[in-house]
Amino acid sequence: MRFVVLVKQVPDTTEVEVDEETGTIIREGVPSTLNAFDEFALNIAVDIKEESDKDIEVIALSMGPPQAEEALNKCLAIGADRAILLTDKNFAGADTWATAVTLSRALKKIGKTDLIFAGQEASDGNTAQVGPEVAAHRGLPQVTYVSEIEDLDPEEGYLVCKKETDEGHVRIKSEIPAVLACMPDPGFEPKIPNVREIMKAKKKPKEQWNYEDLDGEEDDYGLEGSESVVIETYSPPPKGEGIKVEEEPEKSVNELVKFLDEEGLL
Amino acid sequence: MIEIDLELCTSCGKCVKVCPVDAIEIEDEKAVLKGECISCGVCVSACPEDAIEPVIQTEEVGDLSQYDGVWVFAEQESGELKPTGPQLLGKGRELAEELGEELCAVLIGNDIKDVTEELGAYGAEKVYVVDDEIFENYSTEAYTTAITSLISEYKPSILLYGATHLGRDLAPSVAGRMGLGLTADCTDLSIEEVEGRKVLLQTRPAFGGNVMADIVCPNSRPQMATVRPHVMSPIEPDEDRKFEVIEEEVKVKKDAISTEVIEVLKPERKGEMSIEEADVVVCGGRGVGTSEEDFELLRELADVLDGTVGCSRPIVEEDIMPKSRQVGQSGKTISPKLYIVCGVSGAIQHKVGIKDSDYIIAVNKDPEAAIFDVADFGIVGDLEEVVPLMIEKLEKSKEN
Repeated sequence: MRFVVLVKQVPDTTEVEVDEETGTIIREGVPSTLNAFDEFALNIAVDIKEESDKDIEVIALSMGPPQAEEALNKCLAIGADRAILLTDKNFAGADTWATAVTLSRALKKIGKTDLIFAGQEASDGNTAQVGPEVAAHRGLPQVTYVSEIEDLDPEEGYLVCKKETDEGHVRIKSEIPAVLACMPDPGFEPKIPNVREIMKAKKKPKEQWNYEDLDGEEDDYGLEGSESVVIETYSPPPKGEGIKVEEEPEKSVNELVKFLDEEGLL
Repeated sequence: MIEIDLELCTSCGKCVKVCPVDAIEIEDEKAVLKGECISCGVCVSACPEDAIEPVIQTEEVGDLSQYDGVWVFAEQESGELKPTGPQLLGKGRELAEELGEELCAVLIGNDIKDVTEELGAYGAEKVYVVDDEIFENYSTEAYTTAITSLISEYKPSILLYGATHLGRDLAPSVAGRMGLGLTADCTDLSIEEVEGRKVLLQTRPAFGGNVMADIVCPNSRPQMATVRPHVMSPIEPDEDRKFEVIEEEVKVKKDAISTEVIEVLKPERKGEMSIEEADVVVCGGRGVGTSEEDFELLRELADVLDGTVGCSRPIVEEDIMPKSRQVGQSGKTISPKLYIVCGVSGAIQHKVGIKDSDYIIAVNKDPEAAIFDVADFGIVGDLEEVVPLMIEKLEKSKEN
């Protein structure tokens, strides 16, 4: 069997600032990391591999600048068998659509895959769109907000997983191959690779694919291939100072009720 | 579109069986695409030989002026309209007026005729209804097929969805199949003239709300966005408003659906609103206590305000409340009108999840708690004293 996990390198904080002059996000000095939900998705894939008596290949696939290799090194240390980085100047500036096109073409090149994992969303863009768009491009069923895979039966061609919905949780059965967008329950502790695993990871196969390795035209990719265009980025307007009262409870609550009333909230 | 590898095709006929628009036929012992393909992809997963490949649509849509109408996807569950539909119709009306286009709602489900009336009252001039057993429960594949069929036929210029779990599952599936731009989790929408054309300007937060971005989809139609619940307000419903119902038949075959909900786990208390839907959310953290009873008081407070209760991460970890009630970065990002937060210290992950609330009221016994930094009104005090007083006084002001 083959699993592919889609991963992204993201800034190691959401506390980023916009350069007021250029309107772009200041990335200098901001450390990078593997997106947490992607790390969770990879952990699920590696756990299944380790517990299975079948031969499973886990591939970590990412699109990004050359330095995104660091995130893939971490994936290899956690337990991926092979890593592929899609990197090319033509891929830069991609929206979710163009990102999904690029990843889907790489998936096609990788060949028959039984499960494609992704994080539910990345901590920088927060769109949650790449997983479902890849599913649509590959013509595969999707399950989003997956927190656990409870059963996987490749012979019968299905899996059972736990998924969060607007109303709560459901257990859902899906045919495979499928795309799973994953989000952990609270309390999830990612696997921390030991020194031996980190050393072993250095010997695992790593590849870089560029535009020429995939099908299509230059303008299918990156900014050119994008359907949505960011025309401006800016800092949100600052919030005014709030009121804080530290009085006898009775008095505090009276002031609160007055505040709510004045603001038309009652 | 799809591509069929004739070398691999064994003419088993599975693709013919699942195709919702009967576009595939078997000819000379090979599957051949005959009719108009709606790019639904069901044949791709149905083919046991992996002989069918989807072809990603990367061409431009051509003449943009043929796209007309502001559409809103109205979510319903078991015949109950969800609040996002009316909220989006409220905003959609402004956009439609500005563009001089029609405001329409899309409703998908089983036995949902009654819901159309409500959508009309909330301002939809037309309601497109897809009503069939197969749509009883939500499935990505069936709903995507319904929406892509409607888009292909009626060509709206804008299509909005609520940024609920369902909306965030459905919208990118539609976008992926049809080659459309999609902007996630918008907090504002307006019409702006770009290069002589009126386009939808979509404003959204990124980096957990630390950056705002204005986004347009210049070359694809419809322009699609998911919109965060509560940010838009519905208009006052008027049952006498005239509207038109258009019933659309979309055939989706059972075999074409690859997923099935087999069990609903740990259901919510009956009738309890989700934290994304509620206008008022009362949230409790570790400071409230460690048992379900401790949260009863907060539930009472929520009831007085016609709201619902949420909680911080530790409360879910202790299994006191279900994950669906968790507010914050690893739970749900919410933006209610009023957010009352009790006994939560205010870690950054929590603050990120609530910063777009209209009003934040914090109660905490620690005057230095970080939650006060984002509160519009903070009370330093003991929850056990403050919360019962809040219930009492708010009830009284409600009676007056």
